[in-house]
Amino acid sequence: MTSTTEAITGGRLMVELLEEAGVEIVFGYPGGAILPFYDELYHSKKIKHILVRHEQGAIHMAEGYARSTGKLGVCIATSGPGATNLITGLTDAKMDSVPILAITGQVATDAIGTDAFQEADIFGITIPITKYNALIKKADDLARHFEEAIKIAMGGRPGPVLLDFPKDVQLEKTTVRKAPSLKIAPHHYERPKVKGDPQEFADGLNQAKRPLLYVGGGAINSFASAEIKALAEKANAPVTTTLMGLGAFPGTHPLSVGMLGMHGTAYANKAVLECDYILNLGARFDDRVAKYQDFAPNAVRAHVDIDAAEFNKRINVDYILHGDLKDAIREILPFVKGGDRTEWIQRIQTLKQNHPLEYDNSGESIKPQDFLHRVYTKTKGEAIVSTDVGQHQMWAAQYYLFDKPNTWLTSGGLGTMGYGLPAAIGAKFGNPDKTVICVTGDGSFQMCIQELATIAQSKLGVKILLFNNNFLGMVRQWQELFYEERFSESQWTYNPNFVKLAESYDIPAMRIEKKSEIDKGVEFFLKDNGSALIEVMIPAEEKVFPMIPAGKSQQDLIEFKDLGKLKK
Amino acid sequence: MKHTLSILVNNHPGVMSHVSGLFTRRGYNIDSIAVGVTDNPEISSMTIVLNGDDFVVGQVKNQLLKLPDVLRVQDMAYASSVQRELVLVSFSINEKNRSEALTICNGFDVKILEMTEDSLLIEFSGNSRQVTNIITVLKPFGIREISRTGQIAIAYRNQNAT
Repeated sequence: MTSTTEAITGGRLMVELLEEAGVEIVFGYPGGAILPFYDELYHSKKIKHILVRHEQGAIHMAEGYARSTGKLGVCIATSGPGATNLITGLTDAKMDSVPILAITGQVATDAIGTDAFQEADIFGITIPITKYNALIKKADDLARHFEEAIKIAMGGRPGPVLLDFPKDVQLEKTTVRKAPSLKIAPHHYERPKVKGDPQEFADGLNQAKRPLLYVGGGAINSFASAEIKALAEKANAPVTTTLMGLGAFPGTHPLSVGMLGMHGTAYANKAVLECDYILNLGARFDDRVAKYQDFAPNAVRAHVDIDAAEFNKRINVDYILHGDLKDAIREILPFVKGGDRTEWIQRIQTLKQNHPLEYDNSGESIKPQDFLHRVYTKTKGEAIVSTDVGQHQMWAAQYYLFDKPNTWLTSGGLGTMGYGLPAAIGAKFGNPDKTVICVTGDGSFQMCIQELATIAQSKLGVKILLFNNNFLGMVRQWQELFYEERFSESQWTYNPNFVKLAESYDIPAMRIEKKSEIDKGVEFFLKDNGSALIEVMIPAEEKVFPMIPAGKSQQDLIEFKDLGKLKK
Repeated sequence: MKHTLSILVNNHPGVMSHVSGLFTRRGYNIDSIAVGVTDNPEISSMTIVLNGDDFVVGQVKNQLLKLPDVLRVQDMAYASSVQRELVLVSFSINEKNRSEALTICNGFDVKILEMTEDSLLIEFSGNSRQVTNIITVLKPFGIREISRTGQIAIAYRNQNAT
C-alpha cells in the first residue's frame, strides 16, 4: 500500500481523484446517499457541477460533452431512483461507445441487502450495460477502482463505467491515494499493437476497380479523420459513413457519397451494391446498414476494428486488421497505390445525378429538409448538431453536411428519444464558443423537456430547432406505409404551447408555419449566441426518403420518386 | 457440438454475474458451470460447457475476453484434456434388488457412502457421459436425490497424449 500524509475521507479523495484526472465539469443531482461527496465537491475550485432536473439529463449531458470534446464525461446520482434514472443513458453510451464515468451513491455498507430506503442493486442492474462497474467497499480500495474505471472507460473501444459509492465509504478515512496495483490486465487499457497484415489489406485495395471506404463511429473515437482523408485521396476511393461516422470524413468532399443504410443516400447504398472492395473502418456492420450476409454482394470485404469481438459477428469478412484505427491506417498507407479509378468515380457521379436526395418543395408548407439546408448554409456547416430520434434525426443527417468529427451528436445504437436536448447542453458546456443546435421533434422533445431549466439556470446558449407535426413522425411513416394507415397511438391530440413554455424558462421562442416565414425564422433562431427555440410546423405526411424497408436489403431501397409503388 | 471452456477470472464478488450475464444477454445457453478457487486465492477457475458451433464459441471467447475480470479463456479439446464430473446419488433399494444394486456399484467403480435398509448413497466421478450413464442405470431403482458438480477440465501438458 502506498501510504502518504494524513488520512482523508473517501468523498474528499473522490473529488481529488477527479481533479487529478483533469475532470473540469460534472453533471449531477444530489440526494441522501451521495451527500458526503457533494459536501466535498462544494469546496472544489477545479470542478464545475451542473445541476440537472433529471438524472437521465445528467448522463446524456455527459455523453454530449464527451462526444463533442473527445474527453471523459462524468455524471453523479444518488442511490436507488437516482441511480436507476441513469440506466437509459448508460445503455446508450454502451451502444455508441462513449467514455462515461457514472458515480452513484449507495446506502451504507451495513444496510446493503436489507431493502433499505432508496436502495437498489445498481451494481447488479448495470452489469450488462456498462463496460465495467464496481461497488467500492472500503475507502482504501477507492484509488484503485477509480484508476481502473477511467482506464477502462477511455481505453480500447470506449464505454461507460459505474462506481457505486456507499455513504459510509464516502465518510471513511483513508491514506491510500494512489492505486497500489491494478487488477485489470494491460490489454484493457494499453493501446494494442495492430495485428494483421497491412500490406495484404492495401493490396486488396490496390487491385480493386471499384473500392468503397465504409467509415463508422470508431473513426471519431480514434481521432482518425486526417488518416481517413489521406487514405481516400491516395487510393482515390469514394467514402460513405454510417450515422455514427458522420463528420469523420468531410461531407462536402468530392469523394464523399454521404451516409449509407436505412435512410442513407441512394447513391451510397447503390455504391455498396456495385463496389468490388469494401473497407470497413471502425464500423460494426450494424443491422440498419448491413441487413444480410449478402451485404456488398460483389465485394471483397475488409474490416479494421479495435474490438476483436466485432470481426465476423454479423457479416463475414475476407481481411481483418485488429487495432486502433488511426494506427492501422498509418500502417496501411505506405502500401497504397493511387490507381486510375476514373470510371468508378464517374459512375458515382452518375449515381449522384440520377438518384439525388429529393423532396417536394412546391406547396405552401415548410419542408424540414429545406429548413435544415438553410440552417446549414447560415451556420456555414460549423455548428455542433445534436438530435433526438425519429424523422428529424434522419433529415438532419441527410441535409446538414458534416465536415468535422465530434460535431454530430446522435443516439445511433440505442435510438434514445430524449437524448438531443441534454446532449446539446453538454456539448455547449464543452464548446462555449461554438453554435450548438439541438434538432428535435415534438415527441422526443417532451422526453427530457425539463432540462430547459438547466439551460435557463446556466444562461446557456443552446439553439433548439423543434419540428412539430403533432405526430410521432417516424412511427406515423411506418404506419402509413406498412400498416395501411392505421395510426395507432401515434398522434398527439395534446401538445403544450412550446413557445410559451420556452418563454417561461426565459428562452426566446418563435413559431413559424408558412414558407414565407422561413428567412425570418432562421434569422431569429441564429441571430446571437444566446439560447433560442424555433418551432417549425411541418406537414404530418412528410416522409424520410430514401428508405430501405425494415427487414429488407439494399436492393429494396425506395426513393422519393418510387413513393407511388409503395401505395399499391 | 459441445465445447468446454476453461476460464481464469479474478476472485471477487460479481465476477460470476458478469460471466453468466454475458451468456444470458447474448442468448447462449450454459450446459454446466463449475467454479473453484485456484492455488492463488486471488484467482478462480471456471469451467463452462456450452453447446454451439465454432462461430458461437469464437464469439463467446471474444466477448469473455472483453470482461476486465477475465484473465484467460481456453477452449479445451476433448482429446487433449481431462474432463471430470462428480455426482452424488441417493436411490431406493429393497431386499430383492439390494445385491443387484451392489453389483452395479462394483462394476462401475462407485464409492458407497451410506447404506440403509431401503437406500444407497453413492459417489461417482467420470466424464459427463459416464456420469449420465450411471444415472440412467440407477434410475429404475428409484432416484431420491441427485447432486452433480458440473464438469471441470484441465489440459494435458503433453498435447500428444490422448
